[in-house]
Amino acid sequence: MIKKLTIILISVFLFSFSAYAGSDGKLDLLEKEQPKKIKDCFEKLNRATFSFNQGLDKAIIKPIAKGYRNLPDPIQKGTKNAVTNLSNLITIPNNILQGDVKLAVINTGRLIVNTTVGLLGTVDVANKMGFPKYVKEDYGQTLGAWGVGPGCYVVLPVLGPSTLRDTAGSFANIMGGDPWYNASVHGNNEFLSEGLYITSKAISGVDFRADNLESFDNLEENSIDFYASVRSLYLQDRENKIDNNQRGNVEVIYKNEEDWEEIDSN
Amino acid sequence: MKKILIILLLFNLKFGHVSSIEPEIFVQSTVNRASQVLSKDISKEDKINELKSIAKETVDIKGIGFYSLGSARKNLDNNQKQKYFILFENYFLKSFSSRLSEYTNPKIEVKGKEVLNKNYTIVRSSLISTSERPEVKIDWRVYTKNPDSPLIRDLIIEGLSLARTQKEEFASILNSNDGNIDSLFKILKEFSKN
Repeated sequence: MIKKLTIILISVFLFSFSAYAGSDGKLDLLEKEQPKKIKDCFEKLNRATFSFNQGLDKAIIKPIAKGYRNLPDPIQKGTKNAVTNLSNLITIPNNILQGDVKLAVINTGRLIVNTTVGLLGTVDVANKMGFPKYVKEDYGQTLGAWGVGPGCYVVLPVLGPSTLRDTAGSFANIMGGDPWYNASVHGNNEFLSEGLYITSKAISGVDFRADNLESFDNLEENSIDFYASVRSLYLQDRENKIDNNQRGNVEVIYKNEEDWEEIDSN
Repeated sequence: MKKILIILLLFNLKFGHVSSIEPEIFVQSTVNRASQVLSKDISKEDKINELKSIAKETVDIKGIGFYSLGSARKNLDNNQKQKYFILFENYFLKSFSSRLSEYTNPKIEVKGKEVLNKNYTIVRSSLISTSERPEVKIDWRVYTKNPDSPLIRDLIIEGLSLARTQKEEFASILNSNDGNIDSLFKILKEFSKN
């Protein structure tokens, strides 16, 4: 386990540094407009993968998401609750790795209550009991919180936008970091299997897509460079998640004011 | 004569103060106006036209246009600037109004504000949840340099800035066309035509 963790950490550091080493040293005026320190080193390949993903989405994922949307509300809600409950198995170790032991305890309580009383997570009993709002964490966020740079932006086939750091974080799941993966794939249990693990991840993806049917259509329709819009939104979202930006903490969210300060339209 | 000047000065100070508009009131009244339009029983085209006229009054389209260009704005001559603002305004109004026109009677509640500095105030609000979607948090970046006439410069939806997204989109287009501003002009023109 420790050996695996070491390999992941070394890979991530190498990824991050190679991103900067890849710069040709020219000061491109337009590079300043990219999100800070995040470069699209493989843009041509990323755009090709993005087009492939769009095709896949139109042919398969979107129709499935639309069908899912037509299921009765209690089934959709129960499914969403169940996959969210499973994500807690990744959130809890990451709460600990980020030094948030109190939150790890709360999320452990949430997991136990929802898995037992909440019928395998299909009912969010913890929410009704007044547990604080659940916030997902993952290994990519933990690496970010530890100060690991994002490295280059990448678009993964099927899985979509990511960064080298976040991709490495996802590998941590299948290298021992996700108890649900360990139990399904490596566990000696007749009820669990690799197929069940993959199905649970696919359902989670379909649920996300179903939540965003209209907003994705709207974004695509109103973008002059859809690829760049998705990249920007993904990177902003990850920044917010890593900084644990929450509403009310305005000083944290609006910390980069220089860009706005020099705009004078009067 | 001196007395008249003093009276005029006091008059100006008094009414100058009264006429300044609080950013949160400005946002709520703008939202209410847009909401009224969206709930009207009129054609989509009429709704879009009415939304456009509200946007022209309440949004700093020129400021957003400058921001969206990033550092490329410094390289434009006056002719290019004029051309850009016409194209940008058309692009912005079309994009903005077609996004909004999909909603029917959205209920937005202003929750509070945070003054960042003398030029900017963030107004916090929520799009109230319905049976089909959860609550959505929306922050409004209000430009308050002229307190009598505040203007919206950005919408930050669940922490995602629309202005920043647009800026990065424009930068991407310029980057893939060797910084050629005409390529951006062409794309903006085509978008507004369709």
